[in-house]
Amino acid sequence: MTAVEHASAIELRNITKRFGKVVANDSISLSLDKGEILSLLGENGSGKTTLMNMLAGIYFPDEGEILVGGKSVAIRSPKDAFDNGIGMIHQHFKLIDVFTAAENIVLGLHDGRKLDRKEIAAKVRAISDRYGFGIDPEKKVYEMSVSEKQTVEIVKVLYRGADILILDEPTAVLTPQETERLFTILRAMRDDGKAIVIITHKLHEVMALSDKVAVLRKGKYVGTVLTKETNPQALTDMMVGHAVTLNIDRPDPVNPTPRLTVQGLTCLDAEGVKKLDNVTFTAMGGEILGVAGIAGSGQKELLESIAGLYPIKEGTIVYSPEGKEPCDLVGKRPMEIKKAGVAMAFVPEDRLGMGLVGGMGMTGNMMLRSWKVGKGAFVNRKDPGKLAKEVMESLEVVTPNVEFPVRRLSGGNVQKVLVGREIASAPSVLMSAYAVRGLDINTSYTIYNLMTEQKKKGVAVIFVGEDLDVLLELCDRILVLCGGQVSGIVDGRTATKEEVGLLMTRVGGGKEEG
Amino acid sequence: MHEQKTPLIRLAKRDAMPSWQVWCIRGGSFVAAILLGALIFGLMGHSPMEAYGTILSGSLGKKTAIRQTVKIAVPLLGTALAIAPCFKMRFWNIGAEGQITAGAVAASYFALFWVDQLPGWALIPVMGLAGAVAGGLWALIPAFFKAKWGTNETLFTLMMNYIIIGVVKWLQGGPWEGRPGSQIIPMFDSKAVLPKVFGVHCGWIIVLVLTVVMYIYMKYTKQGYEIAVVGESENTARYAGMNVGKIIMRTMFLSGAISGLVGFILASGANTTLNDGVAAGVGFTAITVAWLAQLNPFAMIGISGLLAVLEKGAATLQTRMAVPASISDIITGIFLFCMLGCEFFINYELIFRGKHKEVAKQ
Repeated sequence: MTAVEHASAIELRNITKRFGKVVANDSISLSLDKGEILSLLGENGSGKTTLMNMLAGIYFPDEGEILVGGKSVAIRSPKDAFDNGIGMIHQHFKLIDVFTAAENIVLGLHDGRKLDRKEIAAKVRAISDRYGFGIDPEKKVYEMSVSEKQTVEIVKVLYRGADILILDEPTAVLTPQETERLFTILRAMRDDGKAIVIITHKLHEVMALSDKVAVLRKGKYVGTVLTKETNPQALTDMMVGHAVTLNIDRPDPVNPTPRLTVQGLTCLDAEGVKKLDNVTFTAMGGEILGVAGIAGSGQKELLESIAGLYPIKEGTIVYSPEGKEPCDLVGKRPMEIKKAGVAMAFVPEDRLGMGLVGGMGMTGNMMLRSWKVGKGAFVNRKDPGKLAKEVMESLEVVTPNVEFPVRRLSGGNVQKVLVGREIASAPSVLMSAYAVRGLDINTSYTIYNLMTEQKKKGVAVIFVGEDLDVLLELCDRILVLCGGQVSGIVDGRTATKEEVGLLMTRVGGGKEEG
Repeated sequence: MHEQKTPLIRLAKRDAMPSWQVWCIRGGSFVAAILLGALIFGLMGHSPMEAYGTILSGSLGKKTAIRQTVKIAVPLLGTALAIAPCFKMRFWNIGAEGQITAGAVAASYFALFWVDQLPGWALIPVMGLAGAVAGGLWALIPAFFKAKWGTNETLFTLMMNYIIIGVVKWLQGGPWEGRPGSQIIPMFDSKAVLPKVFGVHCGWIIVLVLTVVMYIYMKYTKQGYEIAVVGESENTARYAGMNVGKIIMRTMFLSGAISGLVGFILASGANTTLNDGVAAGVGFTAITVAWLAQLNPFAMIGISGLLAVLEKGAATLQTRMAVPASISDIITGIFLFCMLGCEFFINYELIFRGKHKEVAKQ
């Protein structure tokens, strides 16, 4: 703690926000003083960003009260947020590439004055010098590194006079050196009396930077602790909670055989950032391999690269079907993988954006797997129509008819259409990403049972999940990803939640930090 | 919460309405357009009844009038059909104008220079084929760049229009000029002119056949299915094993080819020569036709017919009732405004302050 006065900067009282039936934030209370850094910690989907978006004027709370400097305020728009001295630095930068830093900084300000570039540049420099940002006001954004862009975002909110800064996962895009520089700046701002909230799920950063930590879990407020009085183990426990018994049926794998052998898989994204780093594992026929990890640890890239949808830098993916020659899938397009006789089913995370066609009915969506079948120029709608009816009946999809656009079905029914189609293709490898996200409890169990049935049929099931309770009860083995690397593969029957939780943040995961 | 916390009027996306309600809104907007038009006529001191009567009789009253109207509708329908697969694919091809012109240039080349070399029966088919290929290739250029490097197709197709129109201007004043100094390309030989059926060049038969073909193509073929999936989501298309770049290029070639065919019909059937105004804005108006018809080929027949009736009728109105020339544009504008505007109310609803709570609870 520094010598700055102990005055309240911001206080949230019983804030609740619902999206339809989903309660994203359930009666959350928080407080932050001036000259303090608060870490907001929680798993993906725990409601951190939603909560902060209400401070930034992007959402309006359904219930509860926000106090700034001890006074109750209504924040209806980002402008209101700025008027109250609150500035948010979003995960995805909101900058215009062809403008200079200074132009981006003053963009959207309407204080009625003329645009005086000299004055603006001088003011930007003053802020920059004060905290050691070192930015050039005349530099164009497209010439900047990611770290510089982030700095511009921070200066932007400071220029608007923000005393309360919210940073949404600021280190996700930074190198360790850049992260250290950012932390130095943030500490300088704290010492200057600013109140700072940083959203993160990296425990070592929490420990290194913040004064106190507030933890959210599944939209609920778990508690606030002082950083000096806690440790990573205790924070992990708060974040993942105690194990809950779900009673998912888990038969022992019968005669598991290697089906998919992945070795040294490395993938880069369009910017050249490593998304998968030397990933090695084997998926067995007849078992469910769970994949755990904090959001964005490479789960999406892993499944997509196996499906032939993501460019692979290095490594091999060998598919070994029963009684047939193994083949390498690397470098093959989805159609070539199919032609090579690989019976692979894939339930992607983005259901309507990748797995389905929202504007079409169930029939049209069943055709996604069979449209090319048969000779001639015309599509066969008859068999997909029959399949649609079968899926509708067997999985109890609630829809007026099989031609009703799937976009207008509820989330659970959309997922049933997708999973139903993928299972109907009689796969020998079934991959699913966040298969139960947003689904109610009954539909979730339907999906778990479908996965287990496939496993009993000898299918190699790869199940990417975010709920550790589910992973620990459903999967035979769990592969944990952290920052694109495999931080461990554990036995689903003996592993504890804490063990997996620590592997996810790599604390004690046996590998050195970043 | 205080009252002033919510804005006065908000927009919210509607859930789908039952289709009878949708058609009521569309019908209502048509009536509104007629009433607004009547108001304009009234303000100008003309009887609205008489004015509308003149529009109808001027466009559909006599055989010659009907022929004129059909002649206006044919290229509109043909080009709307050309644009439809692109728009279904969410590829914003606004270069139909240029693709028409490119087709007309290629057709004219054979009409002007191959009349004597080719047997009489072959000339017209060769012209049509040349028009289609030229239009298709012209459209393929922006599609290739889009597929390879992700360039913006809207700007690209738009710019391509001015290039080909510039080329025609050059041909007019240079290599293809008829009488020196005239800046005009000579009329085609009668062998290069589309034959007439029921008094109108047979382009109308071509576009009607195309309407049926396009309907079947979009609805029942594998390629039509691919186009629909790419339009909804490129990621889904890739997931399903489709080659998105190839589909984009193939569809644009097809679209350009149909536009090129329209260019051939315009040059050979309507104008019997080539000039830089051969497309005459059809490529742009056709976008409206395709959009109003919701990309349904059969609905396009009705919409292009309606626009042709308005255009031809307003021209008659102008001569018969001595109204200004711009009246045609005003009336067409009012109809388009109302018809496009009603789609907004079909997709969105306005929520006024105070009603907020009830809506939220539903």
